[in-house]
Amino acid sequence: MSTVFDTTLQDPPGLPPEFGQGPLMRRNAAVTEVPWVRWTLILAALLFLLGFLFLPLIAVFVEALRNGFAAYFAAITEPDAWSAIRLTLLTAAIAVPLNLVFGVSAAWAITKFDFRGKSFLITLIDLPFSVSPVVAGLIYILIFGAHGWAGPWLMDHGIKVAFAAPGIVLATIFVTFPFIARELIPLMQEQGTEYEQAALSLGASGWQTFWRVTLPNIRWGLLYGVLLCNARAMGEFGAVSVISGHIRGQTNTMPLHVEILYNEYQFSAAFAVASLLALLALLTLGLKAWLEWRHGEELSASRKH
Amino acid sequence: MDIKVRGIQKNFGSFPALGGVDLDIESGELIALLGPSGSGKTTLLRVIAGLEFPDRGQILFGEEDMADQPIRERRVGFVFQHYALFKHMTVLDNVAFGLRVRSRGERPPEAIIRERARELIELVQLAGLEKRYPTQLSGGQRQRVALARALAIEPRVLLLDEPFGALDAKVRKDLRRWLRQLHDKTGVTTIFVTHDQEEALELADRVVVMNKGRIEQVGSTDEVYEKPATPFVFDFLGNTNVLPGEVRGREVYVDGQTSAIVTDSIHAAGPVDVYVRPSDLRVTDAHAAGFDAVIRSMQRTGPIVRCEATAVHSGQAIEIEVPHLHHDTQALRAGQQVRLRLNQFSVFPRQTRKGGGALPDVVANAPAEYRERGRS
Repeated sequence: MSTVFDTTLQDPPGLPPEFGQGPLMRRNAAVTEVPWVRWTLILAALLFLLGFLFLPLIAVFVEALRNGFAAYFAAITEPDAWSAIRLTLLTAAIAVPLNLVFGVSAAWAITKFDFRGKSFLITLIDLPFSVSPVVAGLIYILIFGAHGWAGPWLMDHGIKVAFAAPGIVLATIFVTFPFIARELIPLMQEQGTEYEQAALSLGASGWQTFWRVTLPNIRWGLLYGVLLCNARAMGEFGAVSVISGHIRGQTNTMPLHVEILYNEYQFSAAFAVASLLALLALLTLGLKAWLEWRHGEELSASRKH
Repeated sequence: MDIKVRGIQKNFGSFPALGGVDLDIESGELIALLGPSGSGKTTLLRVIAGLEFPDRGQILFGEEDMADQPIRERRVGFVFQHYALFKHMTVLDNVAFGLRVRSRGERPPEAIIRERARELIELVQLAGLEKRYPTQLSGGQRQRVALARALAIEPRVLLLDEPFGALDAKVRKDLRRWLRQLHDKTGVTTIFVTHDQEEALELADRVVVMNKGRIEQVGSTDEVYEKPATPFVFDFLGNTNVLPGEVRGREVYVDGQTSAIVTDSIHAAGPVDVYVRPSDLRVTDAHAAGFDAVIRSMQRTGPIVRCEATAVHSGQAIEIEVPHLHHDTQALRAGQQVRLRLNQFSVFPRQTRKGGGALPDVVANAPAEYRERGRS
């Protein structure tokens, strides 16, 4: 598709060289401001980006490396930090695949079938976005805590949910649930059911239709959703903070560990762990940008919301 | 495979999409379902395919009742209006899809699947494009891939939903001729949906004219054009003038004239509407049977001269079409009063109509609202 864009942006052949200022630079007088307004606006935007986004990001890395690389590696390989990293990875490794299955099923059900309570289901999917993460964490405490509804019974059977890894995973699943479904619903809505009908008319079973037609049609949107879901699963603070109990070396995730270190005035260790999260964010952004550049057309449906 | 449609009813909510449709289709026929949007033609096609299930009625393939058979077991080749080609598959993979998804016992070996797919791609004249992706094909080529894909499962019936709707006029004409040839070669019973009367008349063996969820007429292309069963069919199949008239015995008096047209085939009596096509009006001498009209304006479009005129007695606006080199064109001058003869016409009992102007041209692609308003 990119080739099409390229050709539309080229100057038509045979134009004199002084026409415009080369491809892409021709101005449309009706929608262009005078130069000084344009430059002021651009400068303001750049300064804002620099001050509020770029400088903090640099600061994270500078602070993390303030005491040298040795201290940096010591901080992130220290047992408690290492345990936090492992717990974070474990949480994401459970929450993301589960939300992948839930998200695809929910989007599939909503876009390919008509049923009663469909709009209710759509609202329900959005619930985690509209509820404060702290409330989400509290809900799980209320259910699984020592004085909660299901807590004592579970405790009697030797299952610990609140203030343990299962609680953290549950809270993370709750908070990140909408990402994949929200990404897929508009995409699948736009594609409609014609491809599936075509596959069925050719004799494919429902399962074959899903694997061979539906899934390839949504693969890039799905990957995009997984990426966002993963970033949030690893970075989630509020809900996890409430339900984890902050037990060092046991129920601390990376964001919680950063906070603990910071509160203990171990700035450079805090920034070292934070820099890992920042790296994750940069990686996610890079992949996201690549996806948008490479498969923008297929993703555009879901980016309209 | 012959197909019988028996008393099919289908409602979408409170909207009756099909109100009791009966239709017999013979094996090997090429049938057009023709009608404006909202006439139920696409719904009927989808019911036959198994994409919709009727509220009442039966679909029989041969003697076999299709009532509970889902689409994947009906073995129908369905070609969608926008083709629905699988974008992530090459042309060859698209065509081979129907064979590859068969259960292990029925699936031919991969080499034979590829061979079969290649044969079909050759049949639809796309040899050499096997490795292209759908986005790298033109609209007409995509349409033919969709056809090859549908033919790959050796369908008992081929169903096409507005097969040329998304193509431009030139490609449409070529494809139409080509589809006719393909049908003659394969002999698969084929049903296609269209709102373009020209397409239906040119392509089909028989035309099923539908309106408001019912069949108005089924007949050969000549029958529906020459002997329309209802005013709707007459109106839908071409440009139409409607004039008030009166039938007494075997005589028709058009537009309050005293000289009658004598005919054998009229059974109605009393006030009628006389339907006549613009191309069936010719200038005649002042004493011959017909009616008087005053020419208002003339416009030449290519080989045809179109005249706007007004019937003298009723004030009805009418349209006349004459070949450019026809001797009538000399008699047709703006402001002139002429006597018009009706070469061919249909008579229907008087309908209550508001306004009473000539019906608008039936333009291909005219949206339903426009047509509905025009007909009120």
